[in-house]
Amino acid sequence: MSDAQVKILGERQAFAPLLTVEGIKVHYGAIQALRGVSLSVGKGEVVALIGANGAGKTSTLRAVSGMLKASAGRIHFGGQETTSLKAHQLVPRGMAHAPEGRGIFPNLTVLENLELGAYLRRDTADIRADMEKNFTLFPVLKERRNQMAGTLSGGEQQMLAIARALLSRPQLLLLDEPSLGLAPQVTETIFRTLRDVNKAGVSVLLVEQNAHLALNSAHYGYVLETGEVVMAGPGKALLESAEVRRAYLGE
Amino acid sequence: MAQLLQHLINGLAAGTIYALVALGYTMVYGVLKLINFAHGDVMMVGVYMGYATAFAIGREARGSFLGIAAVFAVAMLGCALFGFLIERFAYRPLREKPRLTALITAIGISFALSYGFQLDIGFLPGASPRAFPEIIEPKEWIIIGDRDVVVWNWQVISFLIAVGLMVGLQYLVFGTRFGRAMRAVSWDHRVAALMGIPTDRVIALTFMLSSGLAAGAGLLYAIKDTSVSPLMGLYVGLKAFVAAVIGGIGHVPGAVVGALVLGLVEEFVVGYAASTWRDAVAFGFLILVLLVKPGGLFGRVAAEKV
Repeated sequence: MSDAQVKILGERQAFAPLLTVEGIKVHYGAIQALRGVSLSVGKGEVVALIGANGAGKTSTLRAVSGMLKASAGRIHFGGQETTSLKAHQLVPRGMAHAPEGRGIFPNLTVLENLELGAYLRRDTADIRADMEKNFTLFPVLKERRNQMAGTLSGGEQQMLAIARALLSRPQLLLLDEPSLGLAPQVTETIFRTLRDVNKAGVSVLLVEQNAHLALNSAHYGYVLETGEVVMAGPGKALLESAEVRRAYLGE
Repeated sequence: MAQLLQHLINGLAAGTIYALVALGYTMVYGVLKLINFAHGDVMMVGVYMGYATAFAIGREARGSFLGIAAVFAVAMLGCALFGFLIERFAYRPLREKPRLTALITAIGISFALSYGFQLDIGFLPGASPRAFPEIIEPKEWIIIGDRDVVVWNWQVISFLIAVGLMVGLQYLVFGTRFGRAMRAVSWDHRVAALMGIPTDRVIALTFMLSSGLAAGAGLLYAIKDTSVSPLMGLYVGLKAFVAAVIGGIGHVPGAVVGALVLGLVEEFVVGYAASTWRDAVAFGFLILVLLVKPGGLFGRVAAEKV
């Protein structure tokens, strides 16, 4: 249950700390989803969480963003303890979470969805500029801005979810399965955009089924198994590890 | 022909009042998926607040424009506060519990209010209905032919107030930042929180809004009926709930259309058949609509999200 059992492969590149999670536990009723997960994300770092279905990847993201309450453990974000804060209190501190299943509002237009991303911002001119920037990243959203978001294709909805999360000007972007159900080409577009976003200084904590894709784009990665971190290391090192290749890359 | 026109006018006047109450059911259902069975009784409490205000300011003042405004303002604001308190202390603690728990709580509040107000202790009014003061003195404004069609001033005023409140609400829901937040919470309040929306506050404001509108509607109903009683909430509330379901609960314009249709149906039954059939036909009409369109006229039947 402790970090002592985590197998660490290779040296981590140094980043200033942004998010630190220490030993969080999460229960759904009697079922324990997380049994003490510790991880960290640095400023400007891309961190991937990989693992099988039910390993606790989504629960970890939800606990970090305040959607779920951790029953034990501590979370620090941006130099402050945020363990007991609720989701809407973390947004103004620089956290954005594009949840599993995209979580767009299908009953609102694309533009309204984007405007909700900037819900807490009052800098109208800057919002407009950011909106335009988003439209250059994802031109299809501009075309469809007055359409109901529920009418978008899966890939477009994913783009919308990411664009919406970016409109809050986050320091940290939490992404849950951005490639789920998407054609390889669309996935490629989304990951290319993620790299651009990261280059602009946004940290990313990424949950992915597609371990190959995730580890290739991440500086650092964690492997989750039944609610615990069992392995950690730089993305490349994990990709080369025999265990990871056997368990998650189907070799 | 003239008779038809008269019934049309009466039906619309009644329908707009139902509409204001129905909007409360539909808004609360929209954000919480809760059928707030206490809504009609909250309305009744608002009417008594207006009743007390009308007496407090005296016979002279209550006929003036300012007097009417004061009665409406006290009732609507007081009722909004009352709705806030109910949400805060009765429903919010049950937010994460199964939906049935909140529903039963709502029914409990409904009965506590409608029967509690029949007590004759302290400020409680007692069981017997009371005459509602004529804050709008009835006048015949439009007379067509030899009294073939008569439109009363309170019908016009009540229609205008109701339409004004509905237009305002439509703008609030579809034209403002708060309305956007409301619609986001209505889809999924956990994802809405990820946008930085304070969902508890949005839900509380929705309750205040729906309770305030209900108080306004209740006053219009009391003016039309010239009486107020502790059980009026059960009756009007049930009818408005039927209207909301006919329109498709959770659908804002649907509630208005459902209420107008219900008001017209009732009026035509009373006019062309017998007034004793009114409620039977109203509920029969509901059953008919649900048989053909299970989600209501505008609602869509969606598979339960898992």
